[in-house]
Amino acid sequence: MVVQALVFYLFAAVAVASGAMVITSRNPVHSVLFLILAFFNAAGLFVLMGAEFLAMILVVVYVGAVAVLFLFVVMMLDINFVELRQGFIRYVPVGAAIGLVLLAELLLITGAWTVAPGIPNAMGAVIPPAADVTNTHALGGLLYTRYVYLFQAAGLILLIAMIGAIVLTLRSREGVRRQSILVQNARRREDAVEVMKVTRGGGV
Amino acid sequence: MNAVTSLPEMAPATAEIFLAVAGIALLMFGVFRGSNSLRTPGWLAVLAFLVAGILVVARTGTDDAFFGLFITDAFARFAKVLILLGSAFSIVLSFGYFERERKGRFEYPVLIVFATLGMLMMVSANDLIALYMGLEMQSLALYVLASIRRDSLRSTEAGLKYFVLGALSSGMLLYGCSLIYGFAGTTSFAGLASVFSAEGGTSVGLVVGLVFLICGLAFKISAVPFHMWTPDVYEGAPTPVTALFAVAPKVAALALFVRVLSGPFGDLLDSWQQILVFVSIASMVLGAFAAMVQTNIKRLMAYSSIGHMGYALVGLAAGNEAGITGVMIYLSSYIFMNIGTFAIILGMRRDGRLVENLSDLSGLSKSHPMMAFALMVFMFSMAGIPPLAGFFGKWYVFMAAVQAGLFGLAVVGVLASVVGAFYYLRIIKIMYFDEATQPLDARVGGDLRAIIFGSAVITLLFLIAISPIYDKAQQAAISLLGA
Repeated sequence: MVVQALVFYLFAAVAVASGAMVITSRNPVHSVLFLILAFFNAAGLFVLMGAEFLAMILVVVYVGAVAVLFLFVVMMLDINFVELRQGFIRYVPVGAAIGLVLLAELLLITGAWTVAPGIPNAMGAVIPPAADVTNTHALGGLLYTRYVYLFQAAGLILLIAMIGAIVLTLRSREGVRRQSILVQNARRREDAVEVMKVTRGGGV
Repeated sequence: MNAVTSLPEMAPATAEIFLAVAGIALLMFGVFRGSNSLRTPGWLAVLAFLVAGILVVARTGTDDAFFGLFITDAFARFAKVLILLGSAFSIVLSFGYFERERKGRFEYPVLIVFATLGMLMMVSANDLIALYMGLEMQSLALYVLASIRRDSLRSTEAGLKYFVLGALSSGMLLYGCSLIYGFAGTTSFAGLASVFSAEGGTSVGLVVGLVFLICGLAFKISAVPFHMWTPDVYEGAPTPVTALFAVAPKVAALALFVRVLSGPFGDLLDSWQQILVFVSIASMVLGAFAAMVQTNIKRLMAYSSIGHMGYALVGLAAGNEAGITGVMIYLSSYIFMNIGTFAIILGMRRDGRLVENLSDLSGLSKSHPMMAFALMVFMFSMAGIPPLAGFFGKWYVFMAAVQAGLFGLAVVGVLASVVGAFYYLRIIKIMYFDEATQPLDARVGGDLRAIIFGSAVITLLFLIAISPIYDKAQQAAISLLGA
């Protein structure tokens, strides 16, 4: 238990610290790298809670795709971040006030949370007992059997999106010279190189 | 093993599974064929719709599939047959258009197949998530279809407008769904129905969620006050796509509307009836008055379809078996009049170019007497003149409203249809009594002529078929309300 608690505090402290670094570091590339560090620590926290599938998804989706996209955007767009951050101190009170209001709302919601009778029964029917199966197995079981209809429908929607993007943007232009490796390999030296005798002062 | 890992029941969804596979196969066929000719993939898509239609009508009774996410019953079958008919007709309508404009793309029928699949999933939805999936599948394909003429400024503008407003309405719908889920604790229609039928099952949050859900669905059928996109999209989209928009998605969205409100929310009739009465009156009145000043026939058809959706909603607002029967009869007459009218609009060419102004119809009775006669039949039918198809739809929905005690609604509906008759009659007057400045092209494609002839015959002779259609519609209503 002690080890678990220590690991938890390690992950949590690093996550909070890197979160603070994201908004304070001067270099936007550093910000994105700290964001990635925060994602990794959050994934570690998920593993501690026994949600290993969520942890892996966090690493694959957020680190692998979203953060890399951020990195691209930050490096490709010429944004002056120092200018953006001007007036930070001036707006701190307003920001803090909004934060406090949101926190108060959150506390009110959790304080007044009620669940209508009968709803736990309606919801609980689809969830297998957590102790018997790993959560990857449980999610897969739900996704590919109980919700296979929705899963396939979502796949078809993505297919339509892909067809749509191609229909609306792909143009086959005339007169484009494409690389043909077959022709390139079949070319002989005699076809391409011609040795000429050049007379002095005459040119070819 | 437990129930979670067993195979789901799939047989009731055979038609949808077939259509999904057919769509993917058609896509592969188009890609490997490498030609942009529309005719072969188009006819293959029509064949797929035919097979799917046979698979739909082959089933009987009420079954659910995929652990209750999907349901087929007499109501779904009725709506699906109408949707498949509308989609198949609109593909046939498009051949001539895309060949003339040389903008044919094999993706066009593929996208229509997927849009139709989404519509079938909508009318068979038995769960809020399944509803949303079907709705998004059809919407996404339709956004692309609206802007399929990507070089035309108007077509791309129509697509973008439709996309942005459609996304907004999907957002409202999802927000409503999440509120309903939060307050009821389940997304399945059966579960929702049992929550609401229990004592004290409703709360303010639920009603707010229901209102958002109704807003999202009203957008999809372009009922007032969510109609603003319709005229612009109808005018800007290529005409065969407009013909599709006017028919199949309207049937699907209205059928979904009926299923959601009379199924899970049937016990909340008091909460939604007043909303529907307002939406219905506003649609009928706006459809009648705004259409008068239009000069473009596609915009006119847009306002006309807004009005027609208002009339169909009268039946839904009645909230009884007769009302739903009326809605189904209304929809079956609606698709034939609309397909026929759009076939005539696609036949309006001058010097090979499509013309869309009402004044271009002048002198049609001299140059194309048969076409003028067919258009007259469609216009009389839309105005609700007996014994044409449109009359029966209006008759049954107004009867249902009177039965339910909604006299005001029925009176406003009848008055609005009298006002609406003005602009339908104006078209007939232009065709028969105005002098032609320059006649339209004599040649009209064979596909178009066949569709015009077929829909005119059905609209004229609806009287003969009314009793079997009424029986089917009543079975559909009973299958929805029977439980």
